[in-house]
Amino acid sequence: MALQPAVTDLELLKERPAVECLLSQMPQALQAAKFDRDELTVWIDPVRLIEALKLLRDSPTTTFEYLADVTAVDWFPSEPRFEVVYSILSYQRRERLRVKVRLNSTDPCVESVTSMWAGASPFEREVYDLMGIRFQGHPDLRRILLPDDWQGHPLRKDYPVEGYR
Amino acid sequence: MPAIDYFRAMPVVETVDGDRTMVLNMGPQHPSTHGVLRLLLEIDGETVVRIRPDIGFLHTGIEKTCEAKFYQQVVPMTDRIDYLCPMTNNFAYVLAVEKLLGLEIPPRAMWIRLMLNELTRINSHLVWLGTHAMDIGAMTVFLYCFREREEILKMFEMVAGQRMMTSYFRVGGISMDLPLGFLDYLKNFIAYFPGRIEQYSDLLTKNPIWLGRTKGVAFISKEDARELMLTGPTARGSGVDWDLRRDMPYGGYENLEFKVPVATEGDVFARYEIRVEELRQSTSMVKQAIANLPDGPVKAEAPKVVLPDREKMKTQMESLIHHFKIVTEGFTVPEGEVYMGVESPRGEMGYYVVSDGTAKPYRVHMRSPSFGNLNATGVMCERNLLADVVAAVGSIDIVLGDVDR
Repeated sequence: MALQPAVTDLELLKERPAVECLLSQMPQALQAAKFDRDELTVWIDPVRLIEALKLLRDSPTTTFEYLADVTAVDWFPSEPRFEVVYSILSYQRRERLRVKVRLNSTDPCVESVTSMWAGASPFEREVYDLMGIRFQGHPDLRRILLPDDWQGHPLRKDYPVEGYR
Repeated sequence: MPAIDYFRAMPVVETVDGDRTMVLNMGPQHPSTHGVLRLLLEIDGETVVRIRPDIGFLHTGIEKTCEAKFYQQVVPMTDRIDYLCPMTNNFAYVLAVEKLLGLEIPPRAMWIRLMLNELTRINSHLVWLGTHAMDIGAMTVFLYCFREREEILKMFEMVAGQRMMTSYFRVGGISMDLPLGFLDYLKNFIAYFPGRIEQYSDLLTKNPIWLGRTKGVAFISKEDARELMLTGPTARGSGVDWDLRRDMPYGGYENLEFKVPVATEGDVFARYEIRVEELRQSTSMVKQAIANLPDGPVKAEAPKVVLPDREKMKTQMESLIHHFKIVTEGFTVPEGEVYMGVESPRGEMGYYVVSDGTAKPYRVHMRSPSFGNLNATGVMCERNLLADVVAAVGSIDIVLGDVDR
């Protein structure tokens, strides 16, 4: 099973229901898309994240009604530095979609999805705790794993793995 | 040095109306929280008004540690996340890395993985059944469950040399073939185990005390299960007909025949029934895996990723070089990212692995089922009796290593 190169051309990905749905309904929200190793990723404009997720959830061609995971990746030192990664899932179509938003290093902040999935709350708290990304509209944004008086966000790439802080 | 407000560290629970309610702390050392879970309960008489889980006591920063390890060195870390189903974690991680590499594994390795993964599920459900029954007051079941679990741990020791932290799976296969006598031992176990399941079931399913403590207790609706991101038996107990093994098969599950039990009652008893039925299904899957187990190699043909056999390493120059390279420098993985979701005994266990083309993962994130399922404590306990908190928290089968990572 040799690896196929990733497809990033939107023209070639138009057939995919998620890309097709976003292109037809909210073309301004879709920044990029990638199909790699049988997994589809779409990059969404951070300000339109909630709208786009709602569209993907409610549209009959996509039906991504279930949120599986929220996490983040730090691409230090490049800019935009952070990527918040949402893994959404469709029970009906048995398909996953990865939705990403890119955030700058100065005050990374994105709208919370707890209004759509109440269960996202601890996941977002974990991202806040370990990556230092704020979620606007989150009901209780506190540290969750680390002590409350902890300094810094350990999963950031500029946080040392060993030695004294 | 700024002053630290220690009270901010505590989850703030404001009482609802004046002095009617009190805040009660449960854990982190409470025996029925299965680890170090702290629950803050606000109670009005015997009724729970609010419940807030406080976690992080077992946080060891595994995700950060993984970034400093070679891909293969991450496997032992994954055991330690969910120590009741080490093989499931190994499985999810190696599948993710194999997907990143585009590596296919030989059929014998695939069947051994499936077999051990289902044995792990039996092991984990036995611990759950035993401890949960003990929490509620049925001591006998605990002893019987641990008797059978001991047999499974013995088998794990046979294959991996370790009872709990197995680290048996490798990227590209498994570390070595099954030892002599293992299959006979397993066949013997699998022959008498279905009878033992009926024994547990006889002790509990019609037991009036058990029914009184579990029927109609800690209800979760189907909508809440979706909203709160619940997975696994917890969600299936509420009528969510979803099992990744059947619906998005991975690692060879498409070759197995099994049923996915679903109940609609949404109470503790429904979750109990589902897990008992899963014990039966897993037993049948292990049987199928034994019947289908082919001969052949257990490691993929990928000299730059998989360590060569000892024999080859000592006789062939090429293999010696590969061995040295893999041990000292690791193997590189092409750039990309993969989310591998598997059905662990507790629910969806997801490994999100990002590679930047080097020998160490750029980011490893574990979406752990217990972390998601802990969301259910609110809907299960609030407005219910304090005495049912133990039954409710036990019924979602949390493992705190899995929650905190």
